[in-house]
Amino acid sequence: MSEVDLKELALTGGLSEAEWDHLLETLGRDPTPAEVGVVSAMWSEHCSYKSSRVHLRKLPNEGASVVQGPGENAGAVDIGDGKAAVFKMESHNHPSYIEPYQGAATGIGGILRDVFTMGARPIGLLNSLRFGAPEFEKTPYLFQGVVDGIAGYGNCVGVPTVGGDVYFDDAYNQNILVNVFAVGVTDIDDIFYAEASGVGNPVFYVGAKTGRDGIHGATMASEEFSDEDEEKRPTVQVGDPFKEKLLIEACLDLMETDAIVGIQDMGAAGLTSSAVEMAERGEVGLRIDVDKVPAREPGMTAYEYLLSESQERMLVVVEEGREQEVSRVFDKWELEWAKVGEVIEDERFEVQEDGDTVVDLDVPLLTSAAPMYDRPTERPAYLDDLSTPDVSPADDLGEALSDLLNAPNITSKRRVYEQYDHMVGVGTVVRPGDGDAAVLRVPGTDSALAIAVDCNSRYCYVDPREGAKLAVAECARNLACVGAEPAGTTDCLNFGNPENPEIMWQFVEAVEGMADACATLNAPVVSGNVSLYNATGAGNIYPTPNVAMVGHFDGALDDGDGEGASTCGSAFRNAGDAVLLLGETDPSDVGASEYLKRQADDVGGAVPTLDLEREVAVQAAVRELVRSGTARSAHDCSEGGLGVALAESCIGTDGLGLDIDIEPGDRPDLELFAESPSRVVVSCPTEDIAEVVDVARSHDVPVMELGAVTGDGRLRWGGLLDVAVSDLRASFESGLDRLDEDLGE
Amino acid sequence: MKFGIVQFPGSNCDRDCYHVASRVLDQDAEFIWHRDRDLDDVDVVVLPGGFSYGDYLRTGAIAKLSPVMQEVADFAESGGPVVGICNGFQVLLETGLLPGGMLRNESLHFICRDVHLRCNRSGSAFSQTLDVGEVLEMPIAHAEGNYTIDEAGLAELRDHDQIVFQYCDADGGVGRSSNPNGSVENIAGICNRRGNVVGMMPHPERASESILGGTDGRALFESALEYAAG
Repeated sequence: MSEVDLKELALTGGLSEAEWDHLLETLGRDPTPAEVGVVSAMWSEHCSYKSSRVHLRKLPNEGASVVQGPGENAGAVDIGDGKAAVFKMESHNHPSYIEPYQGAATGIGGILRDVFTMGARPIGLLNSLRFGAPEFEKTPYLFQGVVDGIAGYGNCVGVPTVGGDVYFDDAYNQNILVNVFAVGVTDIDDIFYAEASGVGNPVFYVGAKTGRDGIHGATMASEEFSDEDEEKRPTVQVGDPFKEKLLIEACLDLMETDAIVGIQDMGAAGLTSSAVEMAERGEVGLRIDVDKVPAREPGMTAYEYLLSESQERMLVVVEEGREQEVSRVFDKWELEWAKVGEVIEDERFEVQEDGDTVVDLDVPLLTSAAPMYDRPTERPAYLDDLSTPDVSPADDLGEALSDLLNAPNITSKRRVYEQYDHMVGVGTVVRPGDGDAAVLRVPGTDSALAIAVDCNSRYCYVDPREGAKLAVAECARNLACVGAEPAGTTDCLNFGNPENPEIMWQFVEAVEGMADACATLNAPVVSGNVSLYNATGAGNIYPTPNVAMVGHFDGALDDGDGEGASTCGSAFRNAGDAVLLLGETDPSDVGASEYLKRQADDVGGAVPTLDLEREVAVQAAVRELVRSGTARSAHDCSEGGLGVALAESCIGTDGLGLDIDIEPGDRPDLELFAESPSRVVVSCPTEDIAEVVDVARSHDVPVMELGAVTGDGRLRWGGLLDVAVSDLRASFESGLDRLDEDLGE
Repeated sequence: MKFGIVQFPGSNCDRDCYHVASRVLDQDAEFIWHRDRDLDDVDVVVLPGGFSYGDYLRTGAIAKLSPVMQEVADFAESGGPVVGICNGFQVLLETGLLPGGMLRNESLHFICRDVHLRCNRSGSAFSQTLDVGEVLEMPIAHAEGNYTIDEAGLAELRDHDQIVFQYCDADGGVGRSSNPNGSVENIAGICNRRGNVVGMMPHPERASESILGGTDGRALFESALEYAAG
């Protein structure tokens, strides 16, 4: 191939002119075509984090609970009893837009492999989805395809999907977001790492065969979208959840043998990145012979073997002489396996094809010495055009409440989570829709962990720094509402084109805000993912720094014998119980709210004001009340404010209602619908009111009695509001019906 | 007593059933690999839920060819209790140990949620301790649970009292509105004439501990033990 052709290949692969020149200069020779493929994949934004890395260092990643911070396949935190929770979140945005079912399905497959690669059996999945407006023509198709893909894959592998969030906004019309999270559990002493070592040790390929699917996936994820991208459907991988299930069992079986030196899944940039990253971590080299790789079809080139993103494949370095154990385990599970290479001393990535060396590159050239950018930033001009939030009082509070409950961003997601098996594994203590976070029992123990994912991207659009803080605060608050305390955080940072200084500004602001909040809430970031170039000709997405957390209960969970910590759901429990609010409502916190959007179709130029110290105190108080069993329910106020929180706590019951008994101010609508953070509604028996007040005061948290749970199934506030909960429920349960109609079902 | 839990490639409720047998009921339990040709000395055979062979051809269609299924058939022939849950039920239909077949849910979607069941027949391997008319609550989780059988077959099921569980409302009323998947006659579970082979779509193993929200499923496993004890 001529230098002109090679350059063309490199630029098509996503390298810039400057990067190409840099490569030629460093190599001092022309690269081979396979080398061009390897370099362009490893230097892609997706693999190299070249625009984000300088900022990600600002995130706090240390703490007493941290077992493994960023840099491995997933992060790990200590959850007590010698066990670690291993977890990570990742994006699969571009593939899911092009082919929603397979894009979402393979996203699940990839995140699960990141977790069981470390020796942890996956016990829970979450997902965070962003779609365009429900009325947008492609939204119903994309929505159903993504949900089906998650269900199709997650249900089959037998890992429960226990929660998540779904938002709709015009900002995602041409660029949906599919972020998936997985958590697994293992003994701390039994964690496996993706590090190659031991010169001469054999390298095994296990799992599914390699085909031509997914070639250039990492590059595609590192470019803006255009209309032609639907032609990139062949770059979307095809998932096989059955094979993944076998791979989980086989890998966990093999891990029992101690034969494994290092293990890594083949994700973005396939065989290339898994081999290179393992070599880098071990400061060794790897020699791979592509002719040995199990292939789905004949005639594949080294370039294709190296860049294929075929799914359900792993690379394993095994102790020399213990190859038999690999064959025993993988034959039992009827999976492919082959010895494809060995560990070498020099830090080089060498690839053989037909006896020729077709790749011979320094490992650091592909990793630590890959390009890194501190891109320019500039405060976006649009911020000056956002108006001061202003909304006139709704004529009828009941109608406004009903309208909010029907809003796509608030409405019940039952039709989504009922398509996911959320109970397999006999560990789901708090199910989706029942509480602010999912609670999962740790298999084989009486302890549990809680998981949640959050991000209000409208807040982040208006103020990326405060928006990211609010996302962290809400995620930790959701844990508190089930009685759990953050052990660690993972993130998925979805932004537009980083070469645009205004987008880069959003990114830096959000990372710094997240760093601040995670440090204050003692929730170190142990893993994560960055997805940039979420942009099309129509514009950039809203900045969407998704935050997910794992929380622990500091010991066993009460399983009915009265011993251990209690947990609770968000719905009221008994007529006659008192309802109290921890925290304070500021009626001016209406900027970027759902109420402002629904009533005035405006975004507004401010976000609710967050006081992180107050947030910490509220969470501590709530946690104490939930764990002791004093609070029978706990539900935080988020989109739609106190009004929606109270309505949801009624809707989740069988016939209960609420009498609100507080003196209204000038703007009762804003008291109900402003979105002040750091607020939690709890209910308790009347004899425990004093206890709730004492606990709140001991944490210096404002507390007020809101009213009492009733048995008549109505939500009432003096003469201002009187609606049947059954009507509110009907509204809450039907907000996504339009998506079905558009599919013609 | 010992539960034997068959593992097909793709089973994913095998560990859940093992958990209930060993940790909740405090009984012996062991996994039986689908290639095994020996059921050892188990007293109850459980075919668990999941996606055997990915359900790629037809649910249960490949699992029926597993070597262990001959042993299961022999065990059933000798009167031993065999219970199939969800995918296990589908496998029993494919092997012919139980009559009928499965269609996709009427909604065409996977459905995971709690349902109510009415016990319609006492004394089977999964309803030994239950009373007719008793209402239980436990989850379903399937895409293909729309049980179907021809008129003659249905008449035989009725005549021989083989309909063990029907979907119902909280008060035991069996009707269209309480049918989650469109199954004929709200059928959730059936047995063979002898009553020792039972298949059902709902998951009793997921409703056997109060921390998971319900314990109604435990009686089914206890039934199997009692049935095995004779």
